[in-house]
Amino acid sequence: MIPGTKNNMERNNINPQDLTMASDANQECFPSNDDLPTVLLHRLPSFNSPLKEILQPHFHLLDPADSPEPASSFLSSHAKSVRALICLYNTPLSAETLRLLPSLEFIVATSAGVDHIDLEECRGRGIIMTNASKAFAEDAADYAVALLIDVCRRISTADRYVRAGLWQVNRDYPLGFKLGRKRVGIVGLGRIGFEVGKRLEAFGCSIAYNSRQKKPSVSFSYHANVVDLAKDNDALILCCPLTEQTHHIINREVLEALGKEGVIINVGRGALIDEKLLVKFLSRGDIAGAGLDVFENEPDVPREVFELDNVVLSPHRAIFTPESLEALNELVFTNLKAFFSNKASAIGL
Amino acid sequence: MADQEEEQDNTGDQNHKPQDLPQVLVLKPPPVLSVIGEESFLSNKYQFLKAWESPLPLHQFLTAHAGSIQAILCSGAAPVTDDLLQLLPSVRLVVTASAGTNHIDLEACHRRGISVTNAGNVFSDDGADAAVGLLIDVLRKITASDRYVRQGLWVSEGDYPLGSKLRGKRVGTVGLGGIGLEIAKRLEAFGCNVLYTSRKKKTFLSYPFYSYVCQLSAHSDALIICCALTDQTRHMIDKDVFSALGKEGVIVNVGRGAIVDEKEMVRCLVHGEIAGAGLDVFENEPDVPKELFELDNVVLSPHRAVFTPESFMALCELVVGNLEAFFSNKPLLSPVMDV
Repeated sequence: MIPGTKNNMERNNINPQDLTMASDANQECFPSNDDLPTVLLHRLPSFNSPLKEILQPHFHLLDPADSPEPASSFLSSHAKSVRALICLYNTPLSAETLRLLPSLEFIVATSAGVDHIDLEECRGRGIIMTNASKAFAEDAADYAVALLIDVCRRISTADRYVRAGLWQVNRDYPLGFKLGRKRVGIVGLGRIGFEVGKRLEAFGCSIAYNSRQKKPSVSFSYHANVVDLAKDNDALILCCPLTEQTHHIINREVLEALGKEGVIINVGRGALIDEKLLVKFLSRGDIAGAGLDVFENEPDVPREVFELDNVVLSPHRAIFTPESLEALNELVFTNLKAFFSNKASAIGL
Repeated sequence: MADQEEEQDNTGDQNHKPQDLPQVLVLKPPPVLSVIGEESFLSNKYQFLKAWESPLPLHQFLTAHAGSIQAILCSGAAPVTDDLLQLLPSVRLVVTASAGTNHIDLEACHRRGISVTNAGNVFSDDGADAAVGLLIDVLRKITASDRYVRQGLWVSEGDYPLGSKLRGKRVGTVGLGGIGLEIAKRLEAFGCNVLYTSRKKKTFLSYPFYSYVCQLSAHSDALIICCALTDQTRHMIDKDVFSALGKEGVIVNVGRGAIVDEKEMVRCLVHGEIAGAGLDVFENEPDVPKELFELDNVVLSPHRAVFTPESFMALCELVVGNLEAFFSNKPLLSPVMDV
């Protein structure tokens, strides 16, 4: 799978022109709502997306957040026969809500992570789920690599230094350290992790990984656990989902194994790392630096890191570019179309 | 006794006392000397003559030692001019601790039969890493959003505006030497399309070549400046190039500040005529145009793009290697070929 070499839609035999035309021809050319498959849009009222406009010509969209009725009563009255649901961004999808949807067979998550969805309930009922990794993987990987370069080479810190007028005064700046030939350990070798590894190879880094299962088709070196990965590598990049098993997977043992010269990059979920402990390690110089796109309690970032020059902070946007959001919309459309045509996509979780 | 034996083993049948060693003139310490330390440059084949440590006025100092100076170690802060060479008739080698050679009168060296060595490719990897880092930073607004978070704005204002995808971007490198090639290699891994301009087309490469930087700019979403500063490249990135690059275009400079018409670039950035810049070099370092401090779409770097402790160490070894090769009549490691 080589994402991005062709437009997602073309790859799935959907002509972009048709989609646009469909939207324009909205009222006139399309069958009535009664003939369109019903899809529930599950979202927090504050979340919005162009998905509604894009999907409306093709599906009968139910949007409880748009209704004055309380959600549970709306679902009970209108959604008993709903077979497919879109979970917008990280709107929590609880077992309680799922139980109000007895006919549900298919969930389209519009995020890469799905820790906000009750996976156990879904598994128990055999509900198929797709996530959006395919749309986001490259942008997330680009960002993760850039965070690593930034931390190693101190790009953001140096920018701050220059803007504060200190270069002019001191005529000097502490050096960063070399990225090339660094050993990089990727935690979670899904789509994003794989793309990260591919890119870093071009920088002369050697790549190792830990994942739930070894990937036989991949040439990167596999480590059975994260502590070993940390011991043997100069940097860790977290690209795995948040689950019960991965909660605080980066703990004291891992950070100590990573060591004083070690660097950690997180584009997964804040709770993958014991954040309080990480801050201590960073403040004391017990690891060399960190690039963090996610935090345990967004948008709150521990105050102590603001004092630190060895951290790069990012407001949870590694996966987002206008292009990836467009790709996401296409992916959602494609997945729904495939489901309702009984050509269920091979992308499951 | 041990010292003498060592010297005999290493220098053949001659037994040099320290003061008999050939002299290498160093007018000012190059950054690598200050950072790595003099001890790493010590050799039994030559000796540094440190002009900055002498109380004598330079001209007098040079005249006094002219007879024994066979080589010069220079850098940007200590240029090698024809006038300087005129005072030092015994010089046969100029070693610069940099990739750039714009501070050396290459024509004069050539005319006088003086060899020149530079930093070869020791900086290429690190320079490329930094150039690509700056490019992604500008496109994905990494430093800007770090600043945003540190100012507490993520909490009070919400999300920061998105950056733009890398895959499919046409990136034009101005110069495709050591650093340029490494940049291209990395950019390919991100799915960027590499184009370039250079003094000469590289026939062994398949990247689209443009003879003129304006043409390159017109076909690029981003420009990366990684060429040498010469008379031809001074202010090569001018109003026309920026205009061709356009409102969505981005520029990264890891070459030399003077390759870009800095005033014009600042004007374009302030007026939104180009979308952003990642700058490691400036026309008048360490002075940075104040207007840039107001801009969120610019990343500023204090001329450190090529510097890491590791590349400095490699440079030290290369400088020593070139000097030792020269004084042993062995081939130079990184001669500058073209004038």
